[in-house]
Amino acid sequence: MAEHIVVIGGGQAGAALVARLRGQGHDGPVTLVGEEPVPPYQRPPLSKKYLLGEMALERLFLRPESYYAEHDIRLLTGTRAEAVDTAAGTVALAGGGRLDYDQLALTTGSVPRRLPEAIGGALPGVHVVRSLADVDAMAPDFVAGARVLVVGGGYIGLEAAAVAAQKGLDVTLVEAAPRILARVAAPETSAWFADLHRRHGVDVREGTGLSHLTGEDRVTGAVLEDGTEISADFVITGIGIAPAAALAEAAGLAIDNGIAVDAQGRTLVPGVWAAGDCASFPFRGGRVRLESVQNAIDQSEYVADNMLGAGRAYDPVPWFWSDQYDVKLQIAGLNQGYERVVVREGAGGAVSHWYYAGETLLAVDAMNDPRAYMIGKRLLEAGRSPAPATIESPRTDLKALLKG
Amino acid sequence: MAKITYIEWGGTEHVVDVPNGLTVMEGARDNGIPGIEADCGGACACSTCHVYVDPAWVDKLPEKDPMEEDMLDFAYEPDPQRSRLTCQLKVTDALEGLVVQMPEKQI
Repeated sequence: MAEHIVVIGGGQAGAALVARLRGQGHDGPVTLVGEEPVPPYQRPPLSKKYLLGEMALERLFLRPESYYAEHDIRLLTGTRAEAVDTAAGTVALAGGGRLDYDQLALTTGSVPRRLPEAIGGALPGVHVVRSLADVDAMAPDFVAGARVLVVGGGYIGLEAAAVAAQKGLDVTLVEAAPRILARVAAPETSAWFADLHRRHGVDVREGTGLSHLTGEDRVTGAVLEDGTEISADFVITGIGIAPAAALAEAAGLAIDNGIAVDAQGRTLVPGVWAAGDCASFPFRGGRVRLESVQNAIDQSEYVADNMLGAGRAYDPVPWFWSDQYDVKLQIAGLNQGYERVVVREGAGGAVSHWYYAGETLLAVDAMNDPRAYMIGKRLLEAGRSPAPATIESPRTDLKALLKG
Repeated sequence: MAKITYIEWGGTEHVVDVPNGLTVMEGARDNGIPGIEADCGGACACSTCHVYVDPAWVDKLPEKDPMEEDMLDFAYEPDPQRSRLTCQLKVTDALEGLVVQMPEKQI
């Protein structure tokens, strides 16, 4: 079979999908369309080691550029897909090109939310953290002594704040919700990270909304909702991402918090699939959309297999990590719907937070505690839930829980 | 620069030159060598770049830090002596001739 498979979106998901197609023996034509001017690269280091200056650009690429030609994958960088016609099986490219496909996968990722222009969101010196270009644009502002305002206390904002503090900047972080990480973590984890940042000199202000940014030709600071004025040499916004689903929506595909797919990754249109940040899928009786490397890779690999006829249902144990200062946070599972959190102290400052709904283990946040993370992950993969009291007891040997 | 031999589980050998400063994981990635997945890209967050180091090399490599040690403990069929995470092994001239073998699978 020599079906032409077109993949739109040249990030982690698109790269994983085309590599899997070739790895599984698909020998028809494969085209990967990416808007950015460079081959697919890793995004996680952008807000960590790359921004710190500890990781060179060449090391970000997921595959050497030669990989694509060697595997007969047509890689179109700097190319925007303008429209999909699912009846005709065509993709219109900006500039007038057209691709005919037999099967299509959308791995379009997500776009960072921006502050409205009316409150200064479009001023020079206001940055988002999503692409290589975004981070390269803010790098010159990272000079010791400079004042940065970080808007948003999610993982992106916190990682950027950590890099800035490590580079000697004067950092203020405002979070409109009553606590940082409110959308993704328990109060215990929020408090742990707020404390970590404060100990590194970051002025963390929770429950503090932004009124507007100030400045004429360039941002000069902000006025907060409580009237406080803050001076800043630049601003980083980390206020979430939205699924890049406009192309799919215009093509008439069902949208439900991103491109709606079934467990196999299928949209309702035969031969059209989606995976990664842009796609929502059935999970624990509901529907979820995950913004992570794990999901970008794993869902894409399922879709690749299913495009070739495997018929596999994707039912992941999600995992995630974040690096801030000398702390590695590792998360296994998804805490959605948790009712209580069990705190377990490990050795040498390690600590883990175990999320339960009733007696069912849902997720683990592990701070500098890889053992707790790995054991939690293996337990979740096996569908096992140790009693909360067992986890809480310092006498419990966690590893022994994996046996029997 | 170091010449490194990567041996797939099935026995296929890949001998490649890896520049100093990269990791042993990145040497496999950049040469398209299968069997090392490195989902997290080298952040010591996932344990899918696990290998068995040739016995002759076990004592010549820098020691594992506690993070690597703990992650390895839960990799697929780890060997207390020979298992390493390749994202934590920086390439230098001293690694000339290193031989590593990939496990049956990465988890």
